[in-house]
Amino acid sequence: MAFIDLSKRYGPRFALRGVSLSIAPGECVALVGPNGSGKTTLLKAAALLIRPSSGRVEFSAAGAQSGVTNGDSNSCAIKRSIGFVSHSILLYDDLTAEENLILFARLYALDSPEDRARGALGPAGLAARAGDLVRNFSRGMRQRLAIARALLASPRLLLFDEPSTGLDREGQQWLGATLTALVAGGCTVIMSTHGAGETAACVTRAIRMVSGVVAEDSAFSGGARAMLAAALAAHEEA
Amino acid sequence: MSLARPIGILFEKELRTEFRTRELLVSTFVFVLIVLVLFSFTFDPTTAESRRFGPGLLWLALLFAGSLMLHPSFTREQSNETLVALRMAPIEPVSIVAAKILANSCFLLVAELILLPVFAALYNLRILPVLGRLIAVMILGTLAISIVGTVFAAISSQARMRELLLPLLLLPLLTPALVASAEATAGLFEDQPALPVVWMAVLAAFDTIFLTVTWLFGEYLLEE
Repeated sequence: MAFIDLSKRYGPRFALRGVSLSIAPGECVALVGPNGSGKTTLLKAAALLIRPSSGRVEFSAAGAQSGVTNGDSNSCAIKRSIGFVSHSILLYDDLTAEENLILFARLYALDSPEDRARGALGPAGLAARAGDLVRNFSRGMRQRLAIARALLASPRLLLFDEPSTGLDREGQQWLGATLTALVAGGCTVIMSTHGAGETAACVTRAIRMVSGVVAEDSAFSGGARAMLAAALAAHEEA
Repeated sequence: MSLARPIGILFEKELRTEFRTRELLVSTFVFVLIVLVLFSFTFDPTTAESRRFGPGLLWLALLFAGSLMLHPSFTREQSNETLVALRMAPIEPVSIVAAKILANSCFLLVAELILLPVFAALYNLRILPVLGRLIAVMILGTLAISIVGTVFAAISSQARMRELLLPLLLLPLLTPALVASAEATAGLFEDQPALPVVWMAVLAAFDTIFLTVTWLFGEYLLEE
């Protein structure tokens, strides 16, 4: 996928300013940078959730662009291949864990939604709580379920906004192992991170954003690990 | 995926969550009941008086209740940003709005069906001889409230003063539907009950126009 001269403006303020990036299949890209640097907006643009003020997002496999195809069959084909974990859990508090996953499995027209839901709950460590309402879950369990929902339709592109939030050590290990397996299988991952946790292990490229622009890209400068370490140090200092 | 399938899936989700919380149905029922009872104290509900004022009061109460009930239909998608998840699903965005219109219509109709006998008793009106035609008016009038109300609930849900904004947008826009519903209902309580075809046509046209506009511009309603 590629972001081509992408800008997003909210009123007078630019959240993204002329971002151009090309991301190859199977890359695991970490977006680092201070709060308000445009990481979440870039992920939302990739998820077709916001209409760019200028520029475009291209998905080479489908040959489509964001912002102009929302709602048509081409856009639906792209959406089917994207999994998204946001700051919020994107799940219904008044449905059970299993009902939530079945709902989205049906919306994604997956075969045997009940089996897919049960199959996703197991690895997330939530099989025993499948029948519980999400409102009764702890923060970590909610995050596990949010990740399970994002992985439900076997996406080719995963967009994670701070995926480790709320996860305990065991949960982070599960997420790290899951991401490593997905990247090894050719799945493209873009995640915003502060550089910490098990998820950093599978990162193949780091991009530092500042004030809506790409300040540094390890694809050109090298040293993804060093950039993640610097991001972590800056985060801990802040 | 056809449009009917995601609408059906999301409609089922709306019913399931409402069944668990009963927020919308109970608040609508209680609000309309209170308004009808309070109005019944303000004048002597003889048959003649009730024929004059009853239908208007009923639809005014339903309109106010609708503006209260429809407000949470989108704002409760905001607590966990579930609307984002729905927008990311490979479905037509208008199906999300359509499912909410369908669900809101059902909740309002259920509340109305429960309240009709109360309305008849309080206002000394005989509804049984005209029940079928009254339900036809109810369906068209309720659809009008649901379509316009759901659309403006979606628009106002992202605004700062959303609690105030929805009634302010909704009440003027629904005035034609309110007049048509009240007139059509009043015709059923005349000495010679008759369904006013002109007012029913106005209601049907109102529903068709707003449904078409929603269909055409539905995807823009949900954008950030």
